[in-house]
Amino acid sequence: MERVLGDKRAVLILLGPALLLYSLIMLVPIIWSLGYTVMDGNPIVGFTFNGLDNFIKFFNDPAAWSAVWFTIRFAFVMTVLQVAAGYGLSLLYVFYLKKASSTIRTIIFFPIVLPTVAIALLFTRLFEAAPTTGPVNSFLNLLGIESVDWFGTPEASFWVLILMGLWQSMGFYGVLLYAGVLDIPEEMLESARLDGAGGWKLVRTIVLPLSLPVLLSSLIFSINGTLKVFDSVVALTNGGPGNATTPLTLYMFQTSFTYGQYGYGSTIALMLTILCLLFTVFIFRSTRRDLTKD
Amino acid sequence: MTTASRRLRRLAPLAAVVGAGALLLTGCGPASSGSSDSGKFTYFGQTENTTIIDTLTTLSEDQCAAEEKAAPLTADKSAGAQFDQKLQLLAGQDALSNMSMAAGTPSLMKQFIDADQVLNLSDELDELGLTDKILPAAASTIEALYGEDDMYSLPTEFNIEGFWYNKQLLADNGIEVPATWDDLVAAAETLHGAGVQPFAADGKDGWPITRLVGNYIARDIGPDALKAVADGDAKLTDDEYVKAADAVAELGKAGYFGDAVGSIDYNAAMNQFLTGQAAFFYMGSWALANFNDETQNTIGLDNIGYAPFPEVEGGKGSIDQVPANVGVPVMFAEKGFGENQKAWLDCIVSNYGDTVLNDSGVVSGFTIDNPPADLPETTQTVQQVIADAPSSILWFEALFNSKATSVSQTNGGGLASGSLSGADFMKLVQDANDEG
Repeated sequence: MERVLGDKRAVLILLGPALLLYSLIMLVPIIWSLGYTVMDGNPIVGFTFNGLDNFIKFFNDPAAWSAVWFTIRFAFVMTVLQVAAGYGLSLLYVFYLKKASSTIRTIIFFPIVLPTVAIALLFTRLFEAAPTTGPVNSFLNLLGIESVDWFGTPEASFWVLILMGLWQSMGFYGVLLYAGVLDIPEEMLESARLDGAGGWKLVRTIVLPLSLPVLLSSLIFSINGTLKVFDSVVALTNGGPGNATTPLTLYMFQTSFTYGQYGYGSTIALMLTILCLLFTVFIFRSTRRDLTKD
Repeated sequence: MTTASRRLRRLAPLAAVVGAGALLLTGCGPASSGSSDSGKFTYFGQTENTTIIDTLTTLSEDQCAAEEKAAPLTADKSAGAQFDQKLQLLAGQDALSNMSMAAGTPSLMKQFIDADQVLNLSDELDELGLTDKILPAAASTIEALYGEDDMYSLPTEFNIEGFWYNKQLLADNGIEVPATWDDLVAAAETLHGAGVQPFAADGKDGWPITRLVGNYIARDIGPDALKAVADGDAKLTDDEYVKAADAVAELGKAGYFGDAVGSIDYNAAMNQFLTGQAAFFYMGSWALANFNDETQNTIGLDNIGYAPFPEVEGGKGSIDQVPANVGVPVMFAEKGFGENQKAWLDCIVSNYGDTVLNDSGVVSGFTIDNPPADLPETTQTVQQVIADAPSSILWFEALFNSKATSVSQTNGGGLASGSLSGADFMKLVQDANDEG
């Protein structure tokens, strides 16, 4: 084996095709897109160099800032809720349901395997106000409350999006964190219990610090996934009402493919990448300090 | 083994890798039909519009059977909301279908024309001797739309727009057909008070709402008011323009478009009107195809009347300037236009007008050779209005860029639900249009 891997030609043959494929479908478009950030135009009318105009435009574009704000707000709320819900579920699986948790785990995990568009359709129907009244509004009517136009106001649309995302993803984070919590040695928990730790104290002093690495991974997974939210928004609200629920990803898509501004669209994509990078670095930094303290 | 063959053997894997890469790159490149004629006649249209594809299918079985045999009709479709996006992507890859519904945004069509993606139909029809098959009014509407001297799309429809109303509901509430905007608002108030939803409207797509804004502007400031905005001589944020958006927002605030209008799509709005749930429905005459369909229309064809967009008192526009358009016309791609496609063009131009009028009751921009004996009253009205109109006006977004069009239509629902003020709406659209 060592002889094969020591041979440069063998390495080239083994890695070459995969590397080439990766370069073609990942690196080339990324570099291409970077090039577009200093261009104006689209494939139909052609491209012209416009220097830093796209960046200046981004910083002066209220719609872009509204998209940045929505993206950050959505990512923050969603990350906190889905990781917290996932962590709560994982503790439930390990400490209360124990061996009986597999059925519950499967049921709560199930939405993640459903296509997002199908879930969005389900939620559209659930919260429908017109032309037919959906189950949520019917329930409200039953309580004597008037129907709410959930997709007609920015705030209500935002929370329906959050609810949908949470329902879909908390099972996944539950399973991810379950694996981390399960790894905590039983002896350690037992000795903590003997020392008098129980309930919330046990979680705070033993479980939480020991599951911090997997919690950190979940946070990074979650923040990156939610900063790049696209399909669920397109399928549920399509960025509306107006542009109230338009994240950067959708704004980038609209700019490039609806408005035909490929250069500006690529600039938005670059800004999103920088945003993802900043958040990831921030989370890494802030948690590393805690880990070394212990 | 010689040195040369050893070197060859060493280079072979590298050549294979490069070869595989080249093949992959070819796959990423623009779709290419190779020859000018693919042996098929490809059509790409919007999912919601079934009239064109149904008519083409009828033609392929009858008058165009020979063309169908030589190059079978192959259809593809995409949802209306994403249609322009899809067209842009196809055009960017030089892969437009032989015939497609034209881009809904005229500025995008101008890009296609400038990039030689679409066929100059004036030249082709001239060559085929079919120029007189297009109604002059329809031809001039298309030319004005794209700012060209030649025609780049075919008028599969020639529509007038206005308020269709439920005669019974108006009579039951003692309402005359409104001639002024104030009459319309008063009628809506009466209907609303009587528990009848005054307007059915597609707030989800927004454009039926923004049409009202555009028409109000044309009636109040004059028919050239929106051209002044396009030319930079006026701004939508000017008070007189904001007044129009405010007038529509007032209707929204009063709840005249019904509950949760932002969730009502085209089909739901059509259904509300055709099942008697709403009294007025602003729509183009393409809706005659739905009106004529007894399974959809439960209020009866005789129960539907047409009222032109009312005058605004003291305004510079007049009620006989009809909002007119060619619906979504069809264009032909320059690429892949061979003899078979030319034969199809010939057959479509020669027969489409008669077929679509007879089968669907739709008035097109083609001349009619064999008018049906008994046309429904609504269709006759449309034909009469077209014949009588001294001039026509374009819709609100017709002269705006893609972004302004999109921003306008995505915010139209906000106006209809009363959650967006006229001034805010106009500012959003003007800002988007200023980006050029």
